[in-house]
Amino acid sequence: MKRLASISLLLVAAVLLAGCPKKPTVVEPPAAGSRIPGTSDAAGAAASTSTRPLGADAGINGKGIAEGGPLGRKIIYFDFDKSEIKPEFADVITAHAHYLTANAALKVKLEGNTDERGTREYNIGLGERRAQAVRRALMLQGVAESQITTVSFGAERPAVDGDNEAAWAQNRRVEMVYAP
Amino acid sequence: MNKKLTCFAVIATLVLCRQARAEFVVEITRGQAEAIPIAVVPFSTAADAAASFDVAQLVSDDLARSGRFKTMDRRDIFDEPHTGAAIAFDDWRRLNNDYIVVGQMSAEGPDHFNIVFELYNVLTRQRLLGYQIGTNRAGLRLASHQVADMVFEKIIGVRGAFATRIAYISVLGSLPNKSYRLVVADADGENPHVVMQSNEPLMSPAWSPDGLSLAYVSFEDRLPSVYVQTLKTGERHRVSARAGVNQAPAWSPDGKKLALTLSTRDGNLDIYVLDLATSALTRITDDPAIDTEPQWSKDGQSLYFTSDRAGGPQIYRIGLGKDDRPRRLTFQGNYNARPRLSPDESQLAFVTQEDGAYRIATMDLHARGDIQVLTKGRFDVSPSYAPNGAVIIYATRDRGRGVLALVSADGRVQERLASSEGELQEPAWGPF
Repeated sequence: MKRLASISLLLVAAVLLAGCPKKPTVVEPPAAGSRIPGTSDAAGAAASTSTRPLGADAGINGKGIAEGGPLGRKIIYFDFDKSEIKPEFADVITAHAHYLTANAALKVKLEGNTDERGTREYNIGLGERRAQAVRRALMLQGVAESQITTVSFGAERPAVDGDNEAAWAQNRRVEMVYAP
Repeated sequence: MNKKLTCFAVIATLVLCRQARAEFVVEITRGQAEAIPIAVVPFSTAADAAASFDVAQLVSDDLARSGRFKTMDRRDIFDEPHTGAAIAFDDWRRLNNDYIVVGQMSAEGPDHFNIVFELYNVLTRQRLLGYQIGTNRAGLRLASHQVADMVFEKIIGVRGAFATRIAYISVLGSLPNKSYRLVVADADGENPHVVMQSNEPLMSPAWSPDGLSLAYVSFEDRLPSVYVQTLKTGERHRVSARAGVNQAPAWSPDGKKLALTLSTRDGNLDIYVLDLATSALTRITDDPAIDTEPQWSKDGQSLYFTSDRAGGPQIYRIGLGKDDRPRRLTFQGNYNARPRLSPDESQLAFVTQEDGAYRIATMDLHARGDIQVLTKGRFDVSPSYAPNGAVIIYATRDRGRGVLALVSADGRVQERLASSEGELQEPAWGPF
């Protein structure tokens, strides 16, 4: 009988808990400089400068990368499980380093990404490591530390969906996102 | 900003209040030969249509899904006794049933139901259980899961975990317009509720030990922050939004602290402990490698975590005393990550790499034998123990889609939970 009563109590509690949750309430104010989800960083870059290769058609949407010069290329790709910058991206790094040193007011955010393989939180670490590799390379060429921020999305923001090497190769990347 | 918040709140409220349909159906992919045969006879129900809820089917499904029982198919049930006195034991025995559950459901008021059930041993004709459960309509599923829990515990000797909940991330839409939802559902996938929705990634849901809150990572500001959200009220607090990485929250057993992963300016990830009341931060690891994915021991005195300080990721344990040094636990293979401790602390479940595939493995913490690989997929990650330790839920891929799956802690029983929509990720099994 005691057991019965406790079960009934449990049930009442559970039923109360099962009610429709209220809407989430943000208690802390959002950080300054946060952006509305869904707006593209490439669009932000277009507003920051008149330099054509950094326009909205370059960068994360994938269009216009090939025809641009090194400054128009804003994505560095990496080998599996690696964070070393491959020689073929040296001119891209150099072009952006020159651009940033010549425009000291500009800031760049380096977004590190991995492919989907492995654990999600460890991939956050790998993405951060890639972003840091690009950060160091830019700083070695004279870019001020204060001009650079990094963020790692790990495997959470793939450029391309798909569980094959072609997709993975496009997802192992650091995107350089300019902000005014 | 305000507009965005309002808009979000409206969408969230709409989603929250819709009684969403089940997100999964269960398919057992590999069973257990010695499953115990049991018949759950359809319960008699009150005449009114409102009471048409099928308790017996739910109990039967729970027991079958555990992999420990072979339940008699509804179509083969030839007789429908509703009390012990009406059971023709010889007939049930001829059909090789070891156990039988009978019962009744009656409506006692406009929103009050009584479920009465009995469990019998068919061989000995002995009554093993007999209970009455009162509930309202909203509690019918939960009450039925509790029936299954009691039957499971009586026969198997392990507490049932059917009346528990899981949280997971569901990703909807396709690039570049994905939306991310944090969902809480019953352990069988029914009754899913969206508790948070964002156009930017959500990650790493973690249950508070009392089951009332979830901690998780949200990129809603295009930067990672750790939030704690109370499920009943929806109220949430941003508890960590430091420069750099804010990841991998894990609750201390007393619910007062979070272990999490933060980074220095030059991108070095280490594990810290955040006191939720005082916001005091204590650094636990200090190594140039990636240290992440912390998980507490039951006594709150040490943390298990992933580190690649020796090259590839491996699992370590560190005591929280001032002079404690981390000790490496895994040595087999070149990738062992994201440890989860079994409720009795006898084994660790984690992700291991085998033949280029990522699979769920366990390691006995006392015997320290070889690791045992439990799954056969290529992308099996995010293991999470049921609170009774009998089953591990994890994320896998099925025909290119993210789905959740279950494997018994001994690896003998496997099931896939086929989702009806979205990519499901990062299941976290809630407490009792």
